[in-house]
Amino acid sequence: METAKILETIHMISDENLDIRTITMGISLLDCIDSDSTKACEKIYTKITTKAKNLVKVGEQIEAEYGIPIINKRISVTPISLIAAASRDKDYLKYGQALDKAAKTVGVNFIGGFSALVQKGYQTGDETLINSLPQVLAETDLVCASVNVGSTRSGINMDAVKQMGKVVKAAAKKDVMTNAKMVIFCNAVEDNPFMAGAFHGVGERDVVINVGVSGPGVVKKALEKVKGQPMDVVANTIKETAFKVTRMGQLVGTVASKRLGVPFGIVDLSLAPTPAVGDSVAQVLEEIGIEQVGTHGTTAALAMLNDAVKKGGIMACSQVGGLSGAFIPVSEDAGMIDAVNAGTLNIEKLEAMTAVCSVGLDMIAVPGDIPAETISAMIADEAAIGMINNKTTAVRVIPVPGAKVGDTVEFGGLLGHAPVMKVNEASSVAMIERGGLIPAPIHSFKN
Amino acid sequence: MKAILTTVGQDKVGIIAGVSQFLSKREINILDVSQTIMDGYFTMMMMVEVPEPEVDFAQTATELEQLGEQLGVEIKIRNEELYKAMHQL
Repeated sequence: METAKILETIHMISDENLDIRTITMGISLLDCIDSDSTKACEKIYTKITTKAKNLVKVGEQIEAEYGIPIINKRISVTPISLIAAASRDKDYLKYGQALDKAAKTVGVNFIGGFSALVQKGYQTGDETLINSLPQVLAETDLVCASVNVGSTRSGINMDAVKQMGKVVKAAAKKDVMTNAKMVIFCNAVEDNPFMAGAFHGVGERDVVINVGVSGPGVVKKALEKVKGQPMDVVANTIKETAFKVTRMGQLVGTVASKRLGVPFGIVDLSLAPTPAVGDSVAQVLEEIGIEQVGTHGTTAALAMLNDAVKKGGIMACSQVGGLSGAFIPVSEDAGMIDAVNAGTLNIEKLEAMTAVCSVGLDMIAVPGDIPAETISAMIADEAAIGMINNKTTAVRVIPVPGAKVGDTVEFGGLLGHAPVMKVNEASSVAMIERGGLIPAPIHSFKN
Repeated sequence: MKAILTTVGQDKVGIIAGVSQFLSKREINILDVSQTIMDGYFTMMMMVEVPEPEVDFAQTATELEQLGEQLGVEIKIRNEELYKAMHQL
């Protein structure tokens, strides 16, 4: 093989932060259902610790052998609201603790799936799970939660939207970090390997390996070589880079699935930033030619980036899934943080950006005295964007008790730090108080 | 396992000798080698055959990094499949 190609790969890994963000093992817990919750939790613990026994070890082996960092090893499980519904428990703390204990035993970084899918309505388990969320998130370390409140096919469950605003507030009161572990979705996907929103859908196989690749730094570096050239050249460069990055994901997924004896599911080819220097999606957008992320032109640049990443990745692997696109979490991206501090980026612009990229209002710190109804209204807006545009959207806002606009909150690790952002103070109470259902849009009726 | 060993750094006496000696002591066969000066840096690529399971790959990689520190260069060994995956269809 040519020296230049070998060196290109080495630079991507050593200098441009190319990494496998996560190997996520999806595990179905449908065979753990039991009307006795103690028995169910025992079955859950046993199944997870058996199936994922070697996940971390195999991940580390691959890291050593291929010399590519695998940042996280994670597990996603069937939404617990479905598994726990057969028990008559008044809360699902026991289930949360079983997941947390299993995750710690096998040594993974996170376990996702303390989830409920309520886009059209609640079953008994959903209600209990949602009520348990603040306590479970505060009293466990590795459990991640998600609630799907809307979809293009069924509309938006405004009762759930209303309730989730209150849940976010209640969780924040217990511990500021709780909301970093919870995502509220519209059009949630069933094979997402990224946290906090990963869960193992009911249509999935019993056990599966999904891989999430990243590499904003690699894309930025590639774009530095096409300065001043037309946008189609930029798009093409992103495609080519995304292709190479995704090939890594395909390789790692194939090897991991073979060594673990578990079928390979999908590669999620998302550009996921980290607080590290040079690992920023904002800086990719700035390389395209906007002075700072958030200014006019940002949405167009992001739309092109998101689309080109997908196009490049799709041919590079056997099956693409998850969210696949560009993530714009504020606290995890040095360029986003700078833009917020400079006053260039605000929540309104972030909302516009979520219409064209793969997630939503993500890791945004807001003042602790924000009304629950305002959070609900933010969720409703994001869900509406997802529902109408047939895409996944999500909200992960973090009310910080006692904090005011302009303060900085430290989350640590991959979650970074975030400036507390200004929220529109006009009330949305009367709309949120209505509850009910926003009907599915006309274009959902395709049969 | 076929692996690609890369050595990059300031040129000096004894780099090739140091690396080859290390490999020969561990029965790691060199299948192909190319060496050039790129942007002023000594750049060597070796395709090697690592006998498994006799040789512990992770440990060898760590020892090679240490050898690199001694020689003042960066030495990495990676499974060849990594490069094939990225650059060949």
